[in-house]
Amino acid sequence: MKFLCVDCDAQMASVEKTLPGDGTLALVFRCPACEREIAMLTNPMETQMVNSLCVDVGGRAVPEQPFELVRSQLKTGGEDALRDMPGSAEPTWSEEAEARLGRVPGFVRGMVRRLYGEWARDRGIAEVTLAMMDEARSDLGLEGM
Amino acid sequence: MKKLRTYFQLPDGTASDIAGQLAVKTKRLQRRLAAVQHVFAVMSGKGGVGKSVITANLAARLADEGLSVGVLDADLNGPSMARLLAANGEPLRVTERSVEPAVGSAGVKVMSMDLLLAGEATPVEWGGPQSETFLWRGTLEANTLREFLSDTAWGNLDYLILDLPPGTDRIAPVRDLLPTLGGVIVVTVPSELSRFIVGKSLTLSREMGIPVLGYVENMSGYVCPHCGEVGRLFDSASVSFEDVPRLAGLPFDPEFGRETEAGRPDVLRRPDTEVGRGIRVIASAIREHFEGPRS
Repeated sequence: MKFLCVDCDAQMASVEKTLPGDGTLALVFRCPACEREIAMLTNPMETQMVNSLCVDVGGRAVPEQPFELVRSQLKTGGEDALRDMPGSAEPTWSEEAEARLGRVPGFVRGMVRRLYGEWARDRGIAEVTLAMMDEARSDLGLEGM
Repeated sequence: MKKLRTYFQLPDGTASDIAGQLAVKTKRLQRRLAAVQHVFAVMSGKGGVGKSVITANLAARLADEGLSVGVLDADLNGPSMARLLAANGEPLRVTERSVEPAVGSAGVKVMSMDLLLAGEATPVEWGGPQSETFLWRGTLEANTLREFLSDTAWGNLDYLILDLPPGTDRIAPVRDLLPTLGGVIVVTVPSELSRFIVGKSLTLSREMGIPVLGYVENMSGYVCPHCGEVGRLFDSASVSFEDVPRLAGLPFDPEFGRETEAGRPDVLRRPDTEVGRGIRVIASAIREHFEGPRS
């Protein structure tokens, strides 16, 4: 899917992604010539169809994680089915961020930790905090986590 | 009206770059399977013919011959391979870029949806809107299969065996994911209905250019435990398919099924029963097809 600014005959670029938490998706596109912005809004069914491809609309913020699709989509995964091994050069986690992560289902928790960790590492952030999680959530597609 | 440029006239490589993301997945799959010598699938088209029990024994036999073997349970909604190969019980280790497969009987590496579910009676349930799931479920399942193939740390394998779910169409997404699929083995029982359905699977495989290694006729008879006489289970004594070699006929043996279902592939314990010999014949045929005649 591509968006064209008809007036400028210029391809629009995605500049912002929002996951409101209700299964919908909002993606803002901007024309590089006239800076006009439009938003593409998808309903839960459309969002799910994209999720089923395991692609990230708006581009990937960090590399794809192992079993990312099944971990993010399977509702009936076992709490102890997977054991995530520590990665290299992981950032530290604040107590509050750790507590929030603790509320994420065990089947997904290790992957979520790694996604936030890689996002932080790529930006030279030494500690994962609640504020950083809030900032990174939409980038990482981690609705509600 | 102003003439608009069309999709292909615009440059690729936008922020989303969906095509690029999918290409990365394809490359990852190719890299992962570069260390796998041979890939084949066991399929039927019809359910309840004993396909998974045969797959488990075949994998165990090949591994027992000293080969490195992996099994991908492609039956996402009715997974059984982890149980049949006694590969369940321990959490799967996830590293930065892969998931370690479970290891079962005879050292066979296994990846199965069963290893990820919360409990024995837990079905596969996906998130997302629960109405009209048919719109996205097939795509999700095909991509889950791709993920199992590409993210599992199979290592160097001589054989990767895919156990396909029932359904004549199930080979199509596998063929799309694995252009290098080396062939299929088709399992049937000697009934007219099975011949009717399995025949469609064979036709589809041929049309897709997938080599059919042969068919296995399961439950080809019943060995009386008292007198040893072989009786018929079905009206037909046998079925045949044009231009498809019959690899073996496996009589119904309750102990063979019972032991395998308990996670002990019976061919390892009793290789010289009628069924055990049949499994060995199939394993030999597979090796001859992929490795050439053996002395």
